[in-house]
Amino acid sequence: MISASQRLWRTSPLTYLALVLAALLSIYPFYYMLVIGSRSLDNINDVPPPLTPGGAFGDNFGRVLDNDAANFLTGMMNSIIVSSVVTVSVVLTGSLAGFAFAKLKFRGSNALLLAIIVTMMIPTQMGLIPLWGMMQDLGWYDTLYAVTVPFLVTAFGVFMMRQYASQAISDELIEAGRVDGASTFRIYWSIVLPALRPAAGVLGLLTFMETWNSFLWPYAILTPENPTLQVSLSFLSYAYYTDYSQVFAATAIGTIPLVIVFLVFGRQIIGGIMEGAVKS
Amino acid sequence: MSLSATTARPSPAAPPSPDVSRRRRRGRLLNRLDVKYSPYLYIAPFFLIFGIFGLYPMLRTAWMSLHDWDMIGEHTFIGFDNYTRLFSDEYFWNALVNTFGIFALSTIPQLLLALFLANLLNRSLLRAKTFFRMAIFMPNVVSVAAVAIVFGMLFQREFGLFNWLLSFVGVDPVDWDGHRWSSWTAISSMVNWRWTGYNTLILLAGMQAIPKDLYEAAEIDGASPWRQFWQITLPMLKPTFIFVVILSTIGGMQLFTEPLLFGNGNIIGGNQREFQTLAMYMYEMGIVNLNTAGYGAAIAWAIFMIIIVVSLFNFLLVRRSAK
Repeated sequence: MISASQRLWRTSPLTYLALVLAALLSIYPFYYMLVIGSRSLDNINDVPPPLTPGGAFGDNFGRVLDNDAANFLTGMMNSIIVSSVVTVSVVLTGSLAGFAFAKLKFRGSNALLLAIIVTMMIPTQMGLIPLWGMMQDLGWYDTLYAVTVPFLVTAFGVFMMRQYASQAISDELIEAGRVDGASTFRIYWSIVLPALRPAAGVLGLLTFMETWNSFLWPYAILTPENPTLQVSLSFLSYAYYTDYSQVFAATAIGTIPLVIVFLVFGRQIIGGIMEGAVKS
Repeated sequence: MSLSATTARPSPAAPPSPDVSRRRRRGRLLNRLDVKYSPYLYIAPFFLIFGIFGLYPMLRTAWMSLHDWDMIGEHTFIGFDNYTRLFSDEYFWNALVNTFGIFALSTIPQLLLALFLANLLNRSLLRAKTFFRMAIFMPNVVSVAAVAIVFGMLFQREFGLFNWLLSFVGVDPVDWDGHRWSSWTAISSMVNWRWTGYNTLILLAGMQAIPKDLYEAAEIDGASPWRQFWQITLPMLKPTFIFVVILSTIGGMQLFTEPLLFGNGNIIGGNQREFQTLAMYMYEMGIVNLNTAGYGAAIAWAIFMIIIVVSLFNFLLVRRSAK
């Protein structure tokens, strides 16, 4: 006997057909990166277009490494450095401030939190032009400082950590720490930060992906001599738009790290995004 | 600190030595300072860095927009001239039309598709739920630059996959980057591919927050699934839908990377500016041409105003239509 709600939520073969189709469309471009990235150049112009991978990936990627117009390896290293530093900083500053807003009493806390929420609505491109000028004045043009320092804190990080801290950490726990004579920072480090770990993990993953993928600002302030990975990819694709196999091999290598991160932590990332949506 | 406090505690019999009591008093003072000022110290990094690299540039954008501002030369105050110039600048209107065209072609099909997929994923008896969710979300993991490179190839004129597929239905090869509509379609398809899954998950989260007994009651009243979707799901989903629409608006009005890379880095977006967006025009005026930075700043503020107006309009539209 099927209950009413079960009948209501039943799934038909058509449901699966539509979902499988959507999944295939979502995954196909990844596959396509590997197909073109592993074909030798004379295959690319074939009609019909190649649909299965070839054996020239190593050869194609070798050409990427030899190519000094885009400095792919420098870009890869730069992206690893910048994304890691930004991620660690956003998680630490976000959890510190989130803890303060959720659990510590101080004058003006409500107004300051509201200010942080308002800043989340501001389009990121608003300050682009003067920021570019500031970087010239600071002597940071074409340096990693320019693509790191402005992003060491995010309003989203503070807000997300505050939301999580206010429900995941009981006031008694913090009181107990105080009675034992622990300083506020000691409470943060030994009680709060461990308790925030699940949310901090999701924030870290989201921040890493966003920094790894960011384009407009690094493109504006870096040159092909000292690029991030995305900037390097764009210059490679401008200069070698006829050599698709080389560009695609580079694109695949630049995408794989994130795909691995996603395959390992996808469940947490998706959970974090869906929870965030309901709360806001 | 806590350790030294306990070990230094004197036995009640002996009176505390002056040295120990001084240390305790200093401990109490430090403790008071700690409780009072630590919170400010903890939120300081955000406000410091945001103030310098977020708020200040934004205000400076406003200031620059009132000047004839050369990034490496003279600044002359000209009041609102940059803004009045916008109204008669055909390139600005062109970019505005392109931005809205691409926005419509990417947002409307995308949200409908996301709504459809979320509704499918919302069935409690569905198997392989996590697999479908992850697969559909995968595109959002890829950088915009990579998406643009891959789709640039798919839309290639001579040997791209789309023209090859179109040849089966007898369509001559389309010069995707040579016309307005075709380039808008190609660019929108990149946006749609990358963001449909994300919006599906957000809408799914909203659907799952709807109490199940509403559907059971409707079922008992004999309402068809289609009717339940219209009468329960859509109205209850309104707040989530508004959230998604506003997010898409903020993203859509700032579209930059897809059209830039689709045109091989050409900042004017096609030979005849067929797909130059507002953000690209701002970049052209503010950063490519350093001597018109003031005008670029005015474009930045115009984009901001447009985002506010369009968000409000969409907000009212969604709120009314779902009544």
